[in-house]
Amino acid sequence: MTDPILEADHVGFTYRGGAPVLEDVSLAVHQGRNVALVGESGAGKTTLLRILLGLARPTSGLVKFDGSPLTRTRLRDYRRAAQAVFQDPYSSLDPRHTIGRIVAEPLRGLGLGTDRDRVTDALDAVGLPADTAGRYPHEFSGGQRQRIAIARAVVCDPRLLLADEPVSALDLTTRVRIVDLLASLGVERDLTILLVSHDLGVVAELCQQTAVLEHGRLVEQGDTAAVLGAPSHPYTRKLLASVPRLPS
Amino acid sequence: MSLLTVDGLSVRDQAGTSLVDDVSFTVEPGDRTGLIGESGSGKSLTALAVTGLLPAGLTASGEIRLGGVDMIRASERRRTAVRGRVASVVFQEPLTALDPLMPAGRQIAGPLHRFQGLRGDALRNAVRAALDEVRLTDTDRIARAYPHQLSGGQRQRVAIAMALACRPELLIADEPTTALDVTVQAEILDLLDRLVATHGTALLFITHDLPVVANVARQAYVLRAGRVVESGPTLDIIERPTDPYTRTLVESARRFDAALGRDRD
Amino acid sequence: MSRRRSLTLAVGLTLVLIPAVAVIVSFFWLPFSPDDTSGGRLAPPGDGHLLGTDKLGRDLFTQLLLGGRIAFATGLGAVGVGGVLGVSLGLLAGFATRWLDDAAAVALDILIAFPTLLLAMLIVAGAGASLGTAILAIGFGLAAVVARLTRVLVKQVLSREYITAARVAGISWPRIVATHVLPNIGPVVLVNLALQTGLAVLAEASLSYLGLGTPPPNASWGRMLFEAQATVLTAPRAAIAPGVALIALVIGVNLTADGLRDLADPTRRRSR
Repeated sequence: MTDPILEADHVGFTYRGGAPVLEDVSLAVHQGRNVALVGESGAGKTTLLRILLGLARPTSGLVKFDGSPLTRTRLRDYRRAAQAVFQDPYSSLDPRHTIGRIVAEPLRGLGLGTDRDRVTDALDAVGLPADTAGRYPHEFSGGQRQRIAIARAVVCDPRLLLADEPVSALDLTTRVRIVDLLASLGVERDLTILLVSHDLGVVAELCQQTAVLEHGRLVEQGDTAAVLGAPSHPYTRKLLASVPRLPS
Repeated sequence: MSLLTVDGLSVRDQAGTSLVDDVSFTVEPGDRTGLIGESGSGKSLTALAVTGLLPAGLTASGEIRLGGVDMIRASERRRTAVRGRVASVVFQEPLTALDPLMPAGRQIAGPLHRFQGLRGDALRNAVRAALDEVRLTDTDRIARAYPHQLSGGQRQRVAIAMALACRPELLIADEPTTALDVTVQAEILDLLDRLVATHGTALLFITHDLPVVANVARQAYVLRAGRVVESGPTLDIIERPTDPYTRTLVESARRFDAALGRDRD
Repeated sequence: MSRRRSLTLAVGLTLVLIPAVAVIVSFFWLPFSPDDTSGGRLAPPGDGHLLGTDKLGRDLFTQLLLGGRIAFATGLGAVGVGGVLGVSLGLLAGFATRWLDDAAAVALDILIAFPTLLLAMLIVAGAGASLGTAILAIGFGLAAVVARLTRVLVKQVLSREYITAARVAGISWPRIVATHVLPNIGPVVLVNLALQTGLAVLAEASLSYLGLGTPPPNASWGRMLFEAQATVLTAPRAAIAPGVALIALVIGVNLTADGLRDLADPTRRRSR
């Protein structure tokens, strides 16, 4: 069994003089198995994601990339392998940059050259035409902006995509299309997804493994089918019971 | 007479673009009706038009009769008399719906004083009773707290308490739980259900979330690009949608619902 | 751009460009030498004197042009100093966190509470009156306002997800500031600076009126107003000329700044 691409090893985070935001969180993402991180507001999802993206350091425990600790020197290699998509499509694109410049940013930042073909390929992979590159974010809808954000995330051919509530801000019909896009990208580009979400339906559609976060602790973790089908922890059960269901 | 009659409502902006196009529906006393639509469907504008609160620059045509008053043509005085007494609204974003500079208790006291003429001790007790009714049991602390000191769910409960303080005949809820966590959403929906049943209030529930509206409204209207594309009993719409857009909407909802259902077997 | 806006911009630019061109021409040609006092004191227009002469016999129009040089120099110079200093301080404050940030905010608020003119007077009193000191003094006063605005804008931009996305994309902080922060705060800051230019011109005129600006014999509209006080009833021309010039320029600058506000809106950018 190869090393997991990304691993949180007893990660904890506390603000100076404050209560712990994360406590003893351990989770591993293996190639080919999408992982969902489920939790509500205040659970610590955002903080954990920032730590997993290398934007913040845990106050205890460590983050491992390909089996070894994620140090500053390894950060660039890590970023080439792991990119992110964020929640708000109206905030994640710089309104003053063209789409082409936005999508090419990781290539520039990670020293991967400025090959315009890669930008066109990325746009094509998310179903957007090549002339999109010359336009500006305000010309696009929420769903299209999210596609652009995904194009930016895959342009450097990462192995792992960390997606923070990528569809929560979208309409239902658009949500389906973006979830399908993420699923197909996973297959076509051998891309594994770490999905942070409170939407259990989306989680069930996309991820084989699910971890449930409550007040900074992982209360349950395992195969999605098991966690959602036969939850053992009361909080997971409460979450499931709260999801509005269609009449059968 | 119906509590609310909307007949051929159209809303245009200054450029002449049609944002709501020939929308018609009725709400009887005690009824629970849903307006289903995604962004751009015109559902929120419809709710604003019904209460006579369309933003400047938009014009409404057609007919809206709320509690017997023509909400499009009546004077502002007559419309204000209808607001609160006949119909009140709960919005999506409790943080912006509440006055950030006023403690919650005072905000609830406002409508209680205005509509029930209460003051002094009677008013204070009524505020406590209102908070109790929405299950905010730590009444003294909540009454003194400012909106930013409360959680999203608590704020929404305060907003509901304010809306119901006037004992309206119709409660219009525009995406009241969309901005809330899923467990909180379940609690708020449950609360709304209980309260409208207790007081016999009619409910106009606006949302894009099909499973939610299925559990809340008996009948529904599906809006797309400002038009009603399908209407009828909610269960019929979900089980036997006839309009292609409605079908897409239902299929999308079924996708995610089924994914959950599969795992629960 | 709305028609009203473009009209505002057109009028504003006209009121600014006419004196600007006149001032530029003045470096190559002046109707009379600045020290030529042959015209007779407070003479009416005529004999080559477009506006007549001042109380020392110098051509009023020439003095006006020289004063215009000072007005533009101060306007641009002070705003330049204030802009560079203010944006730099604002950037630092915008990136500061927690206690450092609170301290910066309080310090800026205190500086802003100080009337710009008073601050400038203090600096000039300490460093001596000259064009350079006046420019620096006014510039410092403006810097505080610009810094406060910049700080707020920087914080807003830093909270946007595209900044996080840039960091995940491996972009260094200096590059983020150059390519994301500055372009996004730029238009709003620039419009603000344009508005401050009017204030800077007025501040210089006030300082000179009080005798704290460029010392005589260098002309300045404020100084001219001061000197024309005694004879305002017998020969109002000497006061009206610099007065109108000052008003016209400041209004022009303000109208231009207002007309430029559309530039701050990113949704106006058209695709290539």
